[in-house]
Amino acid sequence: MSAGTNKIAVKVTDVVAVNELVKRFRFETMDGSLLPTFSGGAHTVVEMKDGGITRLNPYSLMSDPMDQTAYTVSVRRDDEGRGGSLFMHNSVSVGDEMVISYPVNLFSLDLRARKHLMIAGGIGITPFLAQTKQLTAMNGHFELHYSVRTPSLGSYVQELTDQHPNNVHVYYDDQEQRIDLEHLLEGQPLGTHIYVCGPKGMINWVRGQAEALGWPEEVVHYEEFLAPQSGKPFAVRLAKSGITVEVGEHESLLEAIERAGVDAPYLCRGGACGQCETDVLEHDGELLHRDHWLEDSEHAGGKKIMPCVSRFEGRTLVLDR
Amino acid sequence: MPSFEFPKSIRSRPTYGTLAARPGKAHLMVADAEGAEALLRIAAQEPSMMAQCHVMYIPKDTGTKYTEQLSALPFAQLYIGPSYEASVTRLRQVLNDAHMGLQVYLAGTEGLMGQVTQEAMASGLALEAIQTEHCGSVARRMQCVHCKGITEDVMTDPFVCSHCGLNLFVRDHYSRRHAAFQGVCIDAEDPGNVPDQVELYS
Repeated sequence: MSAGTNKIAVKVTDVVAVNELVKRFRFETMDGSLLPTFSGGAHTVVEMKDGGITRLNPYSLMSDPMDQTAYTVSVRRDDEGRGGSLFMHNSVSVGDEMVISYPVNLFSLDLRARKHLMIAGGIGITPFLAQTKQLTAMNGHFELHYSVRTPSLGSYVQELTDQHPNNVHVYYDDQEQRIDLEHLLEGQPLGTHIYVCGPKGMINWVRGQAEALGWPEEVVHYEEFLAPQSGKPFAVRLAKSGITVEVGEHESLLEAIERAGVDAPYLCRGGACGQCETDVLEHDGELLHRDHWLEDSEHAGGKKIMPCVSRFEGRTLVLDR
Repeated sequence: MPSFEFPKSIRSRPTYGTLAARPGKAHLMVADAEGAEALLRIAAQEPSMMAQCHVMYIPKDTGTKYTEQLSALPFAQLYIGPSYEASVTRLRQVLNDAHMGLQVYLAGTEGLMGQVTQEAMASGLALEAIQTEHCGSVARRMQCVHCKGITEDVMTDPFVCSHCGLNLFVRDHYSRRHAAFQGVCIDAEDPGNVPDQVELYS
């Protein structure tokens, strides 16, 4: 079993349309027992029984980390995705029974920081909703810069600016408002840590700017879950298990391995955490690496693959699994 | 003096690198004794950064050997202090006023680098963001684990605690919190049975 794959049986007790793209779901345990506390930035993996397919998607927990009565997550609808968010939006309603994982945190606050500087883009706001609650309870020092497309798509802008009028700054793309990153980073006191969650371009922008201004990489934290992309079907031989599995067009390599009954390790299912790293014993074809866990040299080396997001095109692929 | 290569030891023991200029709008350099050589080298490599450099230098027993060369360079600020203890209030002020992006370069003895690292981390700087280069003496700053007293510039193993007088064995076990190596009584079981003193790394 993987760490973090302890499961919790829950029922959906509330579904709220936050705006035209985002829905919020509230989960409580089936037996009324308390949920584990977590730390801000943690996610849960939600199991979705979508016809014959089991989807496992990670969503950041946005509720108060100390509130053990319920967890809430917000899901942005992705019409181009593989269907997990569409399933949540279209098929999950109040009263449904679901299974979620224990919380796992790959984006935790570094509590040695003297100040937490948070930068969010769009739905990337969700881990910060929990982190700001955690820091408020601890009297921690934070500042949140939140970029959204339009006022109507600004999830939780009202809540955040009401609760933290001096610490939350919102930028609207449609009003040509942009985070003035260079000046923002220049004035930060020693001991500031940066946290960024949002689209890949935003993460790269912040990391690049921080590096150029001499920030050590150890104080720049980021989280980006990649959704597995669809691709051509292919076959994979699992050497330890002694079986061959067909990976479908809209299925990830990890999902296909799990469907075959092989217990493979995982945590984030988004190419970030490194838990599912698997040795490639043999391949005749091209490994399509999509993770941001392996080093460039490892991507080129052809000896490792992250089956949660990466695929293969070619004749034979043999994994040590 | 050429840099000394410390033999591989336990993980607790700090290791040092070679100073290299990093991007940043402010640079703090602190050195003692032969550590000046590392500062002179980096200044020669990256002359443009001197205008953003605050240099704090403690000559210790090198006297005026390096101070003239350092004074001739166009550092934004150069402070030459009589001792670490005399310089530490200035160091704290500099760190207190600093912003993220500050680059910290330390060179010289382990005692100096350890103590400045301790101050910088207390100000919120990440350990990984602090560059160090060992130059000169291999003397150590030792904490007696029994009386907690600090003995500076220990050159021999064992040595006598300057506070409680116990015979202490020089360990590689290092405390970042105290910025000191740990000294443990070597003749506790058999008082008076003390091995001959040897010079460190001799």
